[in-house]
Amino acid sequence: MRDILAQPRSILSGRLRWVLIAIFVVIAPFAMKELELLTNFGLITQVNRALIFVALAQGLNIVVGLAGLLDLGYAAFFAIGAYTFGLLTWPSHDIEMSFFLAIWICALVAAVFGIIIGAPTLRLRGDYLAIVTLAFGEIIPALVRNLGDFTLTFRGRVLIEDYNLTNGSQGLTPLGRPNFTFLENLFGLDKGALNVGVNPTFWYFAIVITSMIVLFSAIRLNNSRLGRAWKAIREDETAADFMGVDPIRTKLAAFAIGASFSGLAGAVYASMLGAIFPELFKFQVSIFLLIIVVLSGRGSIWGVLIGGIIIATFDGVFLAQVLPDIFNGEVLPEYDVQSLRWVFFGIGLIVIMIFRPQGLFPPKSIETKIVPPVAESLEGVQNS
Amino acid sequence: MSIDNQVFIQNVIIGLTVGGYLALIALGYTMVYGIIELINFAHGDLFAFGFFISLTIFAEINPEIPLHGSDLYFTLPAVALLTMLLTGSLNLAIDQIAYKPLRKAPRLAPLLTAVGISFMLEAIYAIWKGPIQIPYPRYFPKEDYMENEHVISFFSKLGMDITEWRIVSFTTKDLFLFGVTIPLVALLTLFIDRTRIGKAMRASAQDREAAMMMGINVNRIIASTFFVGGALAGVAGMVWGLYINSGRFTMGFEAGLMAFTSAVLGGIGNIRGAVLGAFIIGMIKAMSDSYIGSEWTRVVIFGILILMLVFRPSGILGSTQSIEKL
Repeated sequence: MRDILAQPRSILSGRLRWVLIAIFVVIAPFAMKELELLTNFGLITQVNRALIFVALAQGLNIVVGLAGLLDLGYAAFFAIGAYTFGLLTWPSHDIEMSFFLAIWICALVAAVFGIIIGAPTLRLRGDYLAIVTLAFGEIIPALVRNLGDFTLTFRGRVLIEDYNLTNGSQGLTPLGRPNFTFLENLFGLDKGALNVGVNPTFWYFAIVITSMIVLFSAIRLNNSRLGRAWKAIREDETAADFMGVDPIRTKLAAFAIGASFSGLAGAVYASMLGAIFPELFKFQVSIFLLIIVVLSGRGSIWGVLIGGIIIATFDGVFLAQVLPDIFNGEVLPEYDVQSLRWVFFGIGLIVIMIFRPQGLFPPKSIETKIVPPVAESLEGVQNS
Repeated sequence: MSIDNQVFIQNVIIGLTVGGYLALIALGYTMVYGIIELINFAHGDLFAFGFFISLTIFAEINPEIPLHGSDLYFTLPAVALLTMLLTGSLNLAIDQIAYKPLRKAPRLAPLLTAVGISFMLEAIYAIWKGPIQIPYPRYFPKEDYMENEHVISFFSKLGMDITEWRIVSFTTKDLFLFGVTIPLVALLTLFIDRTRIGKAMRASAQDREAAMMMGINVNRIIASTFFVGGALAGVAGMVWGLYINSGRFTMGFEAGLMAFTSAVLGGIGNIRGAVLGAFIIGMIKAMSDSYIGSEWTRVVIFGILILMLVFRPSGILGSTQSIEKL
């Protein structure tokens, strides 16, 4: 009975749904360009930013949602990804690596940092881990700020003098952008004809592809042996341990993979902005990402995708632009309305935690999958 | 005395003052953690609330600057008491509204709620006082004891000429800060150790259910813990305002992180540990500011926090709860 009743709900099932989504995704930037003529929000730029945050939130979702580890310093991995990209492509460092190679190195470096910070700390209980990650998240931007002019002396001997690694609080700019000289040569175009610069439509597609890579990996991981191990650890670590799941290794994998998503997204973000500063990776960013994951529904990949787009666009368009337009006109001419956003998010977090702790789009309950066959057959007997 | 030694002595004085106000904040963290195992993320923002509300009360009274006579001996303690009452009540209200419904929820839920409260409070302070550096008028009279005749003659009898110690200063403000923080810390320790409520708090921290079965009204004990913790943080905010004469809406976050580090360092849940940890962190901050550079202090303190949690998560004195390690 149930199956038949469930049928009409999935009219847009199978391939048709995917084709429609794909068409929507492709048309969206052009539609937004038309909308830009009416409004003035920089809609595509906002959507690009939102999609970057979605990719980041997917990484955080693996750590917090699937593996159940509270990470309050996730922006550190974002910073590591962005700054690795910065160091590899900032002209003053004379490396100027290609964008397409650099982003993968960034993902790898972030993953390595995930293991470095995770290995000694993952045996700690939940809230202690939260504090360690918070401390890590505070250290990384401080380090980045301080390594702009670094002098190291050891017993009076100067080992490194005034070395500029990260350019301090001024940040790294300009940064490398994708370079299509290969295609230019192939089609005999002028040199620089395919320079992308800050063209938002190009970045829209670049970020959609990045997000899709992240999304696809997240979905595959979620359904894999590792994904099931994460969820087992989250539900009951001791039981999972007895079942042969190595808790430390499983958690480390979550940390490393989550960090690598963040590193990849950070690199693409850095390239899109063309400039990065320590201020971009403050504690607030970690909390903003956590808010996306928690409000959307911990552990739900599609939930985080949809929730992330909604929350980040709401933040970038409504809270950052519409609200000041309304208030700054007459009501509060001098007040910086943007600081209200944290009142919004603070209240949102509290309300969600009290009334709907599983989030707005929670994952389908995993209990249904692990109900033993005996129970199912019993249910069948009762129904008939 | 050589310049280096003078700098060192001055750093010790700074370290003790920082340790003093951190101790008052750290006590609130450790008490709340001891009883409901919640890292009260918003606790640092109550310190900021103490700063802002006492500033507002002073502005209403509008006393002569610096305070003298009856203002110094009557108004100042009255403002301190009012600040404690208001900050304590705010903390109590936060607990009742935001944390109490989540007592039985997974631990992630109240922690995230606390983060939400913290951000909300900071945004409210930014609206209330503006997102800028706020000056705190120099209400407290400042006089350097190192220039005081009696002190100079006292030390010269001991054969020391302190007029040569040009770098060292120990002012009435330093004394005031010690004079508030140290007795309060001592009083709280006595309160926990000697009173009935203190005993009930210790019992609830050890085993909440067993305490309940023994007829302790655990909800009331939790509420009073939040009140006392908030009051201490509030008075710390006021004293620190009078001492340092400026602050901003994010000051609670910074101070809260340092105070939390102190609580962890000493052994979270352990009252004496929190005080010890606060003075150690105060000292480290003063030394790091002076010898390494203040831009590195955060890295140093958080580095210590990470190392402490990795190698000895139960802290220097050991926490009241054994920390499960898997």
